[in-house]
Amino acid sequence: MPVKKRSAASSASSKGKRHPDDIFPMVLTSATQELFGCLADEDVTGENPHKLLRKDDIIQDIKTRAAVSDFSPVKQIVLDYPEDELLLVFDRDFVYGQCFYLVVTPEAKDRILNPPVLQTEEVFKNEVNKTPEPQPWIPQGSEREVDAEADTETREKLRYKFSRVRRNFGSPVCFSDRNTADAKDGYLECASYQDSRFSIKQMQRDCGMQAVPRLQSSSAQTQWKFQRNVFTQYVPRQLSDEEKENVLQSDSLKKFCTSVTPRILHTLQQVQIANVFVDSWKALGAGVEDGDWAGKVYEDLALYQAFTDQKYTNNKKISTVNWHPTIYGVIAVALMKEKEERESESTPSFILFYSFSDPSNSQLLLECPDDICAFEFCPSDPNIIVGGCINGQVVLWDISAHVIHLQGTEPRSKKVSIDTDTYDLDDNKEKTPTVHYSALSAAESSHKAPITDIQWLPPTFEVTRTGSPAENKYKISVQFVTCSPDGWIMFWDLRVQKATRQPVIDAKQTTPRSDTFKHLDRMWKPLFRISLPKINTSGEYLPLKFSLEHYTCSGNKTEDDDEINDSSEVPDYSQLRLPSAKTLTALEDVNTKLYIGTEDGEIVYADWKPVRDESGRQHSGKPLHCYRVHDGMVNTVQRSPFFKDIILTMGSFNFAIWKEGVMEDLIIQSPSSEQICTAACWSLSQPAVFFIGKKDGSIEVWNLLEKTSGPAQVQAHVTDAKITCIKPWTASSKQHFLAVTDDQGLVRVLEIPKTLHSSSRSKGSSVKKYFQLEEDRLHFYLQKVDEWEKLKKEAEEAKKRTEPEKSPKEKDQPTVPSVQEWRDHQMLEESVLKEHRLWTPPANTQDT
Amino acid sequence: MLTDAHCCFQAEVEETLKRIQGQKGVQGIIIVNSEGIPIKTTLDNSSTVQYAGLIHQLVMKARSTIRNIDPQNDLTFLRVRSKKNEIMIAPDKDYFLIVIQNPSD
Repeated sequence: MPVKKRSAASSASSKGKRHPDDIFPMVLTSATQELFGCLADEDVTGENPHKLLRKDDIIQDIKTRAAVSDFSPVKQIVLDYPEDELLLVFDRDFVYGQCFYLVVTPEAKDRILNPPVLQTEEVFKNEVNKTPEPQPWIPQGSEREVDAEADTETREKLRYKFSRVRRNFGSPVCFSDRNTADAKDGYLECASYQDSRFSIKQMQRDCGMQAVPRLQSSSAQTQWKFQRNVFTQYVPRQLSDEEKENVLQSDSLKKFCTSVTPRILHTLQQVQIANVFVDSWKALGAGVEDGDWAGKVYEDLALYQAFTDQKYTNNKKISTVNWHPTIYGVIAVALMKEKEERESESTPSFILFYSFSDPSNSQLLLECPDDICAFEFCPSDPNIIVGGCINGQVVLWDISAHVIHLQGTEPRSKKVSIDTDTYDLDDNKEKTPTVHYSALSAAESSHKAPITDIQWLPPTFEVTRTGSPAENKYKISVQFVTCSPDGWIMFWDLRVQKATRQPVIDAKQTTPRSDTFKHLDRMWKPLFRISLPKINTSGEYLPLKFSLEHYTCSGNKTEDDDEINDSSEVPDYSQLRLPSAKTLTALEDVNTKLYIGTEDGEIVYADWKPVRDESGRQHSGKPLHCYRVHDGMVNTVQRSPFFKDIILTMGSFNFAIWKEGVMEDLIIQSPSSEQICTAACWSLSQPAVFFIGKKDGSIEVWNLLEKTSGPAQVQAHVTDAKITCIKPWTASSKQHFLAVTDDQGLVRVLEIPKTLHSSSRSKGSSVKKYFQLEEDRLHFYLQKVDEWEKLKKEAEEAKKRTEPEKSPKEKDQPTVPSVQEWRDHQMLEESVLKEHRLWTPPANTQDT
Repeated sequence: MLTDAHCCFQAEVEETLKRIQGQKGVQGIIIVNSEGIPIKTTLDNSSTVQYAGLIHQLVMKARSTIRNIDPQNDLTFLRVRSKKNEIMIAPDKDYFLIVIQNPSD
């Protein structure tokens, strides 16, 4: 029936919006499936869901089974279908609702069948395209190199055929080896030779290289021995207030407090009971340095160095020695000839300078007109040296030009360069540099006897012509004092004096001399002089040594004074003028008294300020006191460097210690020694120690705090001859030296051991106390003597009055009790002093 | 009531500190927790912080020393005497107490 039911079919087929119009889902019974060969999951599967059905078959089926056929709903579609075959697709997943669907239009059929295939085909084609096809070779030029390297035959290979003679065919062959060199012409050689016609320079050579990395593998492992936890904190961690509150209120804190408090309280109490911070032993002051008890072992004075200069010191003795005040390790010695030698020859005398670095050669020589008995360095300018001759003249040197010789040689210097060697050689070849004296005092106005002592006035004050002390404007030492056994003490000044004559210019000058003191030369006169008339008798004292008090300025120090003090420029002495007395301000508090030791062993206490007598002339007043203490010549009068009122005086056999202000007597006196003592000096570091040199060459060390009855230590045989002078010096806190000179021209420098030079602060006060004690003892003794005298007088008067009545025996009676008392007291005193080891037996009787 | 208890605890702590402070020569007291953070102090802030930090390290070291020598032992008290004063440290599980005393006062 060609009923056009296409629209109906199409509308029928369009039931359900879920599937497109051109397919029709339908159900096929298993019978139909068998019939058409599209059994589900057998003929048609998920992979192969398409089945093409013939249109005729479908029509046939429809005709046969009519309404029962599954194809009945699509009958019209099938009838209208233009092509012969219809596509049946097995819808395995029921996408369109049924298990099969029939594709209605041929276009859809084509589309379903073909496009997927087409797609796969395209995919295959793409894959095929990805595999590379061989491209034609694009030459870059390498085929030339390949061709060059390639081996090609240039000619055909040559072929040789060897065959034997026919008759030998078949016969056995015997082969053997033969060396080419065995037979002559066995080989033909074409050796290569260098053709001289041309040479080929090889420009390029192929060389094969392979870089091999040099590998070295090594391993290390540290030992983590000390494991420690370390933490750093940049900002301190702090809890906030509420956190603190929380913690404070926590229970654990309370428990902690209760548990900890008893321990803390216990410890606090412990500390209060015994204060462990105070070392009671140390507080006693019984340390090594403080102990001065007997039993302390003294070390010896060790010999540091000995100095001598063979050229100059033969047969000479040294009169005095001085350390250079500023340069380390420089000693100056004054040589004196023996008496006999002096009268016979007239060789020049010298002052020698030694340096620590060169013990056998002197560094500098000062030429003297005659033997020097005493010399001193100027305290404000160590380049000025003043010396007193044996003929009574005063000599002045200025070594500022030659100081370089002393300074250049440092002790133990490391600059052992060629320069110093040649310098030394030169020194040996030439003479030691010599300095001629700059000025010599006028012979008629000098002393008439050898000058035995010379002292500079300190730079704090100066003395005018009238003898009164005045202020020193320039704060340099320009004046000094000399004394001599001719009975005079003279004050000298370095500056230009009024009414000077024209200086006589000496035409012949052999050695260079400085012009500093030209104004003084040959007409130098002392400023003023004093004599020492004896107190009770006529005549004069003959001073050998004296000591004046070193005055330190107590006035206001202005800035100008400080500047002048600090400036180290050497003043031009020729420009300085002696100021008139009116322009200077007088200093009232200067102690103008001197302690003088005389030739007869007396100690004289005198005032150098001249007094005016009735006629207006001034002359020196009588000395205030005189004490007969020593037996021989006084060889030392020296103030203690620690106390300015303690003086040590030394005679031939004993020494005495005086305190200025105690006019009655000395305060300490030593027992007489057996050997003659020849030199003495205070120690610079300990207030109670001093050294004594003897005639036999031994040195005694006395320590007043330890014992006063004898030396603390005796060191015998320091020198072989009589010791002439001892001078101590402190080089540094570790090095303390003692220069000892003797009669044979040798200077020995000894090092003072630490026990003798370590000082403690308490020593000063204890020494002071000791001296005070001695003074008190003296006063007490004198007092007692007075009392005894009085008693004695009374007793005598009483005796006189009652003489006719009383018998001689009774005379003694009134005196007996007082004498008995006195004796008792003396015994008590002796015992008490012995207990304190301060007992000095009164060996010398004293004249009262 | 809870606040009362808290006040009571705080008062006890205060009272303990007052007792220690009242001893002769005591210069300062610091309570430090186990991390070294000061909780209560009678000194000024910078000193407190310095003491706490340094002494905390010292106590840790001392404690570890004692325990290394004998694991069953423990540190109960530490006293550091110097030239000028003495520092006493009483350690505990959670806190420690530092007292600085100058015996010559």
